[in-house]
Amino acid sequence: MYVAAIFLPLLAAIGVGLFGRRLGDRLSQALTCLGIGLSAVLAVPIFIEVALNGNAVTVPLLSFIASGDLVVDWALKFDTLSAVMVLTVSWVSFLVHVYSIGYMHHDSSIPRFMAYLSLFTFFMFMLVTADNLVQMFFGWEGVGLASYLLIGFWYDRPSASAAAIKAFVVNRVGDFGFSLGIFACFLLFGTINLDQIFAAAPGMADATLHLFGVDWHALTIISLLLFVGAMGKSAQLGLHTWLPDAMEGPTPVSALIHAATMVTAGVFMVARMSPVFEYAPIALGVVVVIGASTAFFAATVGCTQTDIKRVIAYSTCSQLGYMFFALGVGAYQAAIFHLMTHAFFKALLFLSAGSVIHAMSDEQDMRNMGGLWKHIPFTYAMMWIGSLALAGVPVFAGYYSKDMILESAYAAGTGLGTFAFVLGILAAAMTAFYSWRLLFLTFHGQPRANETVMAHVHESPASMTVPLAALAVGAVFAGMVAYNHFVGEEHPAFWGDSIAYNVQGSAVAGEAQGAAAPAAEPEHAAPAVEHEAEASDDGHGAAAEGHDAAGQGVLERAHHVPFLVKILPLLVTAGGIALAWVFYIRSPAYPVALAEKYPGLYRFVLNKWYFDELYDRIFVRPMFRVGRVLWRGGDMAVIDGLGPDGIAAVARDIAARLRRFQSGYVYHYAFLMIIGVVVFVSWRLVEA
Amino acid sequence: MIEDISLLSIITFLPLFGAGCILLLVRGTETEVAANSRWVALWTSGVTFVLSLGVWIGFDPTRADFQFVEMVEWLPGQGIGYHMGVDGISLFFVLLATFLTPLCVLASWESIKTRVREYMVAFLVLETMMVGMFCALDYVLFYVFFEGVLIPMFLIIGIWGGPRRIYAAFKFFLYTLLGSVLMLVALLAMYLHAGTTDIPTLMTTHFPAAMQTWLFLALLASFAVKVPMWPVHTWLPDAHVEAPTAGSVILAGVLLKMGAYGFLRFSVPMLPEATAEFAGLIFGLSIIAVIYTSLVALAQEDMKKLIAYSSVAHMGFVTAGIFAMTQQSVEGAIYQMLSHGIVSGALFLCVGVIYDRLHTREIARYGGLAHNMPKYALVFMLFMMASVGLPGTSGFVGEFLVMLGVFQVSSVVALFVATGVILGAVYMLYLYRRVVFGKLEKADVKAMLDLSPREMAIFAPLVVLVLWMGIYPSSFLGPMHVSVENLISTYEAALQAAGGVSVAVQ
Repeated sequence: MYVAAIFLPLLAAIGVGLFGRRLGDRLSQALTCLGIGLSAVLAVPIFIEVALNGNAVTVPLLSFIASGDLVVDWALKFDTLSAVMVLTVSWVSFLVHVYSIGYMHHDSSIPRFMAYLSLFTFFMFMLVTADNLVQMFFGWEGVGLASYLLIGFWYDRPSASAAAIKAFVVNRVGDFGFSLGIFACFLLFGTINLDQIFAAAPGMADATLHLFGVDWHALTIISLLLFVGAMGKSAQLGLHTWLPDAMEGPTPVSALIHAATMVTAGVFMVARMSPVFEYAPIALGVVVVIGASTAFFAATVGCTQTDIKRVIAYSTCSQLGYMFFALGVGAYQAAIFHLMTHAFFKALLFLSAGSVIHAMSDEQDMRNMGGLWKHIPFTYAMMWIGSLALAGVPVFAGYYSKDMILESAYAAGTGLGTFAFVLGILAAAMTAFYSWRLLFLTFHGQPRANETVMAHVHESPASMTVPLAALAVGAVFAGMVAYNHFVGEEHPAFWGDSIAYNVQGSAVAGEAQGAAAPAAEPEHAAPAVEHEAEASDDGHGAAAEGHDAAGQGVLERAHHVPFLVKILPLLVTAGGIALAWVFYIRSPAYPVALAEKYPGLYRFVLNKWYFDELYDRIFVRPMFRVGRVLWRGGDMAVIDGLGPDGIAAVARDIAARLRRFQSGYVYHYAFLMIIGVVVFVSWRLVEA
Repeated sequence: MIEDISLLSIITFLPLFGAGCILLLVRGTETEVAANSRWVALWTSGVTFVLSLGVWIGFDPTRADFQFVEMVEWLPGQGIGYHMGVDGISLFFVLLATFLTPLCVLASWESIKTRVREYMVAFLVLETMMVGMFCALDYVLFYVFFEGVLIPMFLIIGIWGGPRRIYAAFKFFLYTLLGSVLMLVALLAMYLHAGTTDIPTLMTTHFPAAMQTWLFLALLASFAVKVPMWPVHTWLPDAHVEAPTAGSVILAGVLLKMGAYGFLRFSVPMLPEATAEFAGLIFGLSIIAVIYTSLVALAQEDMKKLIAYSSVAHMGFVTAGIFAMTQQSVEGAIYQMLSHGIVSGALFLCVGVIYDRLHTREIARYGGLAHNMPKYALVFMLFMMASVGLPGTSGFVGEFLVMLGVFQVSSVVALFVATGVILGAVYMLYLYRRVVFGKLEKADVKAMLDLSPREMAIFAPLVVLVLWMGIYPSSFLGPMHVSVENLISTYEAALQAAGGVSVAVQ
C-alpha cells in the first residue's frame, strides 16, 4: 500500500511519457489520472493508520549510496507529517490532473504534459517521505526538474524557456546551501539519516563546527545552510525572483507546483528538521525575519500587479512568508496547518483564475477584463470562496490557520515575534485588498475586453468545474475539520514525535498567560513540560535559557492571547476589503491619483522592488562578461599565447633565422668556416 | 579458475588481433572493405566487452590486492616484467574502455566515409592501449601503453578530424608529450632508486622526502596535462572540436581518466608525503578549474567546445576529490570519472547526431529541435541533467561524494567547488535552450530527422547505465571499497611514519 501509493504516479509518468504518442491523448489522460487517483485513494488509509492511529512506519526499499561511514538507503518514512503531506499532495494533484483534461484540451502535446505532472507528483512524494537527507535532496531536485520542464512546457516562447532556466538556477542556488547543510550534518553527526540526526541533536546543542574559517555554533550553521535551500524552493525574499516568472507555465502547473505543493517544500523541510532547528535559536530568528519580510514584501507587490496570475503568485509568496515566520517562532504545527489549508484555497484560486483565462481566450491582464460575473457565475463563486479563505474570514479554512500563525507570533513574546506579528497584520490587510481588487477588476465594472472575446466567454467544462468544487469544499472545511488535530487540543497526540514541540517559553508571555488563565489545562501543559524536563536533563537548557522554566509551547500560549490580538486580523481584513471596494468600485479614480501622487513609490513596488534588475546587473551580466574575458583573454591570449602557440612562434622564429645561414652559396659556407677556424685558433692561443 | 586463463591479456590484445585481421584479411572493393572492417571492428570490440564483464563477475570485492594477476619475465634480471592485474580502482576503467569502444564503432558507422579500414584499425589499437594501460602493473609497461595511446588518437584527430585538425593534433601531441618526457625522467629516477619497475613493489618502497617532491612534480606535469588541469587544459577544446565524434567520445570518456588514474596509481601511494605537501596546490588548481572553465563554457558558441570546457570543470571535482583523501572523496572521484566517461561521451554523441545532419557545431544554427526530434530532445535532456548532477543520475553520486568528502577536510574548498554545481546548471541549460527549445524556423533544421534505430541502439545502453549508476550505485561502489580503504590507510600510515621520522631527526 505504502509503496504503491508513491510509485503509481511514476509508473504512469514513464508509460505515458515514453509511449504517449502511441497511446493517444485520451488514454494518456486516463492512465495518469488513474495512477494519481489510486495514490490519492490509498493516501486515505495511510493517513488514518499513520496519523490518526499513530502507527508510524518506515518502508525500506533498496540500498542507495554506501561509502565509508556514509550509508544511505532508499526508504519511505511515514509519520504524521509525511502522511499529512502525502494526503494533501495526492488529492490536490489528482484534482489538478482532472482539471488539466479540460484546460489543456486544445494543446498539441497532452501526453507530455500529463506525464510531467505525474512525474512531479512522484518526486514530491519522494521528498516528503524521505527518511534521510539525500533522498530528500533527490525529491527536492526532482521537483525542481519537473518544475523546470513544466514552466518551459511551451518551449516555443522565449519567455517560457527563460523563466524555466531562471527557476532551475535560482533553485540551484538554494540547493547549494542545502547540500552544504547536508555535508555539515554528516561532519557533525556522522550520519544523514533523519532519525539518527534527531536522536543525536540534543547532545550536540553546544557543539561547535569550524567551517569556512569561522567557529560556528554547530546546529545554527547547519540550520542556516538548510534554510538557504528552503528559501530557494519556497521563494523567500532574496531567492523569490523565479516564482512570478514561473507563471509562464500552464495554469494547472501554477496551481499544483507553484502554489499548492512544491513551493511549500521549504516549509516542510524546516518542519521536518525542527528537532535540529529547535536547538538553533539564532537560525530560528533568521527564519522569522526572512519570513515576515517576505510576507510583507510580496503583499505590497501583489497590490500593484495587473496580470491575474502574478497577483496570485505574489500572494503565494506572501503566504509562504507567513508559514516561515510561524516556523521561526516555533509554531511548526501551525505552519504545516497553514500549508495544508493554503494548498486547497490557493489551488482553488489558481484554477479559478485558469477558468477565467480559459473563458477570456487566454487573456491574463486584468485591465482587459471586467464585468465577467454574469457570464461565468460558477467561476465567480469559486473565486469568492478562495478569496474569503485566503483573507482569513471566519469559517473559511484560512481563518483558522492564518490567525493561529499571527497569534503564535504574538504569543512568542519576543521582539522578533512582535516584528513578525506587525508585518503579518499589515500583510493581512494588503492580502484582503489585493484579493478583492482582483475580484472587482475581473468580475465587476464594465467589460474592457473587445467584443469577439466577450462573445466567446463561456463557463468551463465539467472536467474543470468539478475539481474546482472539490477544492472549494476543502477551502471551506479544511480549517474547521483539522483545527483540533493540527493545532488544537489533540495536537500532541496527533503529531506524535514527527515534529518538535517548541519549548521556548518567554517569561513575559508566560506571566501574561498565567494571569489570563491561572489554571492552564494540564493535558496541554504536560507534554511540553515533560519535553522541557528532558531537554534540561540532557544538559542543554540553551533552548529554554532565560525563559520561564514552566513555559508552555508557543501553540498553547497562542490560544490565550488577548482578545484584541484575535480580532485584529479580522478588522484589518475588513478594512482591506473596504478599501478595495472604494478604489475599484466606488471611485476608480483614487488609485490612479494615488499612483500619480507618489510615482517613485508606485514604480518601486510595481517593479517588484527592482530585484530582477539588481540581480541582472550584479550576477547575470557580469557572469557572461567574465566568461568571455577569461576565454579570449585567459585561455587564448595568456595560456595559449605564452604556452603552445607562443613557444611554437618562438621556435618558428629561431628556425627562420637559422635558415638564413643555409643560403646554398659555397662562399658563404667557406667564409663561415674561416671565421670559425680563426675563432678556434685564437681561443687556443689565449688559453695557452 | 578464471584467473588461470590470462583474461586480462586476452582482453587487452584481442582488439589488436582484430586490427591485424582487418589489415591482413579484409580484401575486395572499397565498399566491401569498408563494410567488412566495420563489422570486424564491431564484433571484436563487442566480444572484448563481453569478456571484460568476466573480470567484473570474477572480481572478489573483499580483497585489496591485485587480482587476475599475470606475471612474465620480460627483461630478466632487470626488474622489469610483464605484470598485469586489476584492483577495485582500475576495474571499472577497464570496463569503461571496453564499453565505449563498440559504441564508438557504431557511432562512426556512417559518419566516417574515407579510409574506413584504417580508422577501424586505429580504434582497435587504441582500445588495446587503453585497456593495457589500466591493467599494467609494471611502470615500463604502463609507460608504453600510456604513450601508445597518443599515437592512434593523434592519427584519429589528424586524419579524420575537422578543418583545423592539424593544429589540434599537434597541440594535443606536444602538450601531452612534454608531460610524458618528465614522466620518463621520473620513471628512470624511481627505477634507479628501487631497482625495479614493478608497481606493487614501488608502492611499498619509501622514497626520500626531497626526492618525492621532484618525482611528484614530474608526474604532475604529465598527469595534469592528461586530466587536464588548469592551466594546461587548452589542448582539450581544440582536440575535441576537431576530432570526429567517436574520437571525442574516447577522448572525454577514457583518455581524460588517464591522468587522474595516474594520480591514484602512482602519486598518492608512492609519494604520500609529497601528496600531502602538494594537496593545497591541487585544491587551488581544482577550484580554478571548476569556476574558471565553467565561466568560459558559458561564453562558448561551439557545442563541442562548451562540452569540452565542462569536462575540465568536472575533472576539477575529480582532482579535488583524490587529494582530499577521504573514503567518500576518493570513491566519489572514481565514480565521477566513470560517470563523466559515460555522460560526456553521450553528450558528444548527442552533438554528433545533429552534426551528422547539419555539419555545423555552431549553437546559433540550431533551435527548436524539440519539434521535429522529440526522442533526441528526451535523450539529450537526460544526459544534460546527468551532467549537471541531478540526483537519480550517475552525475549526482560522484559529485555528491566528492563534495561530502572534501567538506570533511576543508569546507572552504567544498564551498568553492560546489559553486560549480550552480554554474554547471547555467551553461548546460543555456545550451539546451538554444539548441532544443525555441521556435523551429530554419528550413534546414526543419528537415532534420529524429534518431535512427542505429542511434537509438547507441544511446540505449548509455541511458540505462546513467540511470543505473544514479539509482543503485552500490553495484559500482561495492568493488571499490576495500581497495580505496587500503589506499587511504597505507597513505595515512606512511604519513605517520614520515612524521615520526622527522620528529626523531629533530
